[in-house]
Amino acid sequence: MLFKLILKNIFRARLRSLLTIIGLVIAVIAFGLLRTVVDAWYAGSDMASANRLVTRNSISLTFTLPTYYTERIRAVDGVTQISASNWFAGIYLEPKNFFPQFAVTIPVFFDLYPEFLLPPEQMQAMLRDRTGCIIGRALADNYGWKIGDKIPLQGTIYPGTWEFTVRGIFDARDDTTVTRQMYFHWDYLNERVKQSFPRAADRAGVFVVGIKDGQRAAELSAAIDNEFKNSIAETLTETEKAFQLGFVAQSEAIVGAIRIVSFVVIIIILAVVANTMAMTVRERISEYATLKALGFGPGFVVALIFGESLCLTLLGGLLGIALSFPVIATFKSLIGTIFPVFRLSQETLWWQLGAVIVVGVLAAILPAIRSARIRIVDGLRHVA
Amino acid sequence: MSDSAVSPAEAATTAPPLVRIRNLSKHYTRGDQDVPVLTDISLDIPAGDFLALMGPSGSGKSTLLNLIAGIDKPSGGELTVGGLNIAELTEAELADWRAANVGFIFQFYNLMPVLTALENVELPLMLTDLSRRERQERALLALSLVGLSDRVDHYPNELSGGQQQRVAIARALITDPTLIVADEPTGDLDKRSAADVLALLQQLNREMGKTIIMVTHDPGAVKAATHVTHLEKGELLGTELVAAGD
Amino acid sequence: MKIPFSYILRNLWTRRMTTALTAGGMALVVFVFAAVLMLDAGLRKTLVATGSADNVILLRQGVQTEIQSGVSREQAALVETNPAVARDQRGEPMVSKEIVVLIGAPKKGDTKPQNVIVRGLTVAGISLRPQVKLIEGRWYQPGASEIVVGRSVNTGFEGMELGQSTRFAGRDWRIVGVFDGGASGFDSEAWGDVEQLGQAFRRFGYSSVIARMTDRAQYERLKADIEADVRLKLDVKVEPLFYEEQSKALSTFLSILGLALSLIFSIGAIIGAAITMYAAVSNRIGEIGTLRALGFRRTSILSAFLLESMLLALLGGAVGLACASFLQLFTVSTLNFASFSQLSFGFHLTPAIVAQSTVFSLVMGVIGGFLPSVRAARMEIVDALRAG
Repeated sequence: MLFKLILKNIFRARLRSLLTIIGLVIAVIAFGLLRTVVDAWYAGSDMASANRLVTRNSISLTFTLPTYYTERIRAVDGVTQISASNWFAGIYLEPKNFFPQFAVTIPVFFDLYPEFLLPPEQMQAMLRDRTGCIIGRALADNYGWKIGDKIPLQGTIYPGTWEFTVRGIFDARDDTTVTRQMYFHWDYLNERVKQSFPRAADRAGVFVVGIKDGQRAAELSAAIDNEFKNSIAETLTETEKAFQLGFVAQSEAIVGAIRIVSFVVIIIILAVVANTMAMTVRERISEYATLKALGFGPGFVVALIFGESLCLTLLGGLLGIALSFPVIATFKSLIGTIFPVFRLSQETLWWQLGAVIVVGVLAAILPAIRSARIRIVDGLRHVA
Repeated sequence: MSDSAVSPAEAATTAPPLVRIRNLSKHYTRGDQDVPVLTDISLDIPAGDFLALMGPSGSGKSTLLNLIAGIDKPSGGELTVGGLNIAELTEAELADWRAANVGFIFQFYNLMPVLTALENVELPLMLTDLSRRERQERALLALSLVGLSDRVDHYPNELSGGQQQRVAIARALITDPTLIVADEPTGDLDKRSAADVLALLQQLNREMGKTIIMVTHDPGAVKAATHVTHLEKGELLGTELVAAGD
Repeated sequence: MKIPFSYILRNLWTRRMTTALTAGGMALVVFVFAAVLMLDAGLRKTLVATGSADNVILLRQGVQTEIQSGVSREQAALVETNPAVARDQRGEPMVSKEIVVLIGAPKKGDTKPQNVIVRGLTVAGISLRPQVKLIEGRWYQPGASEIVVGRSVNTGFEGMELGQSTRFAGRDWRIVGVFDGGASGFDSEAWGDVEQLGQAFRRFGYSSVIARMTDRAQYERLKADIEADVRLKLDVKVEPLFYEEQSKALSTFLSILGLALSLIFSIGAIIGAAITMYAAVSNRIGEIGTLRALGFRRTSILSAFLLESMLLALLGGAVGLACASFLQLFTVSTLNFASFSQLSFGFHLTPAIVAQSTVFSLVMGVIGGFLPSVRAARMEIVDALRAG
């Protein structure tokens, strides 16, 4: 009976309830979208494997390492394979068509990344073509590229005109795998660098180092760095996850701000719902007084108020959660390959639900207190 | 069969009535049905009259009052107030006409709760070109006329029902209107306050010559009036003089 | 509109809780709106202060940032000989040949290294930036492993205080001075001798060349000369333009993000205002009828309620703006996409932002209050009187 009363009451002031619900829907969707943006920012690091380390120049990422380090790193016990990886930063037609491009040691690199699913015959084709490239499925879909297409790039770090032929398209093994990037032969990069800037040849941006036992990551990182202490180029080795997080950390301030702002939208909607509940209760004081006069305890009225507030917010919340999915899907299709992964996580869904419940409870507190305090006699006389 | 206050023959020789109503009708549409509220009303109200409109609930008396006051439009017929056919005025013209010619008194006083007594009385003057000082002077005067000079800065919730109604009367007077319409002015008042308000209305009518049309179903209130017109089910039953000396 | 202003104001005061909640929602939206605009303005202000219209910067052709650029010694020498380049009292060209690299250094209270710009300058380099002033210690000695740090680096990063040493490129570098970059991007940099840094980083050329022009009007001539010389594959830009481009990516990102957020949030606030105004109308139906009966026009009623909604919004906007202005006490340090290094900048409140925020809140008030005001104005007098 209580529940029926609550539901009917919500739709008495139809316009007000409708507006409140719309506000809740929008707030919940916005909240979910912002949290998803923050998640996406960190998502690169989710693809990291415990069995991969990244070795870079200890000064900063903008300094390279000599490739003869490869043998010395391989000599460290526990290391399985090594690939060089150079960030290419080429421009495809226009600067805004950004996607990551790496010159890597092929096929070793793909042995290190079993989460990239590539048909063996495509790898074979790639090995036969030194100007070939392998691209991720998301990247291929974004530009409509197929096997055999040629991708022209304007080099920036490595100046000149470059053209690569798509020899393979890899798919993601898991949800966390990123497929918006392009890989080509490191040897081909080096070949061209030797021609134009011989002094800059035989340098790797970073080394991706595979290790047998993920538990020994810290120990092996230290071992590798020790190997090159006091040499011309000292190294800094860390787990792949730490390396990826390092990037995110650079924009920490902005990401932190977005996180805070995602809660601001909840506070705004709290103000709206609190306002709605305050108005609703104020208008119904005489009804509540009547109920009390009839013998219903003050707890009943409080339950009515909390019940109505929670029903309202849950209605808006569930609708908002349901609509979050298409909204996020649309967003994802609009932003293309900027974020490697963009999806609504389970954690976010719980946060959305939790937020509307908290709003429902908080919005009802003051009105409920007010209703409990009113004396029957005053309440019956009350004209809103 | 109706004893009108002034017969059409007499009208030709005496002063024209302030309010002249001929074949007035009002209906409103509910869905696809026409619900008649007033049917074929003809009535003359002379200037300086104090007319009570009486009838059971649903008789259309309030509707008739609304039509005369210009806050509703008739469905058919002729309605002339002070020589002006108000049925033909546009809404904007009606608004201006009311501001200058009609004073309103409602059952529930209808004061603005957030304005003081003085500001409430001043309100109709906001529609004129008077300066602030002039408005205030007149409002103070009106409030003194109704005996509330010591309450000018009180808000309605600080006044008793009778006091609030007196503020409303002061507001109704402020523009020196031709016509004062009162819809159940004593309906929400206790006996004592009701008597005060009615005495005030009588004073306005007899000493200041204000024409007052009052809807009521309180027989006591009728005693203050000069004439009473009866309505039932939207039709005029008749008008008679109120017996003097009651 | 003939309805007294005090009527509108006092009605807002009577329903204090509702007014507070609705205005509060608006305040939050305007706060976010103003904050983002202020952050963007702060970013631009910092970078604009970095450049001087009398200077040009030369980079390798086609490159967007100094980090990616390379200018050989020969090319730099050729630039120095151009007649458009100013000379100092001793007849030396006012040119600084600079190496710009990034090092990783941990922020205070953190262990993760962030990118910091290290700039090697020639002696002329310091005088080319008149806005930079030494506030502690002294300038580095040419030939010594010494650096001076900008204020933001000094306060924001670990181990960057006067007298401390920081290690990179196989050497320890002593911090011998702290400089004030004049609220420009230089506050986020560390400077040292170009020869020493070049040796340490094994750089054989430069990243960029900064030159003072004899006259601002000489820019076109200088540009033409550079483009005509096939040995010089360089781009030449006036400094302010270069720095504006440096801020574009981050600025665009902040603006779009901020505006998108403000828009979405404003929907919530507008809904809040609409709910409040509908309730206001509904509570005062009787008053509306009375006012109309007294002779007030429909447009006056509409205006009165619209004005009430706008006042509500203005109240919220003022509070939001006031709170946002306190943000000027804070600085933000984040990655500048273009230079790939940490840039420190603050929130900057401009009169334009105040105006924009005010207009924004008024617009929210108008949109939120419009339909309820129309409802109030559309009522028939007798219906309103009866319902009230």
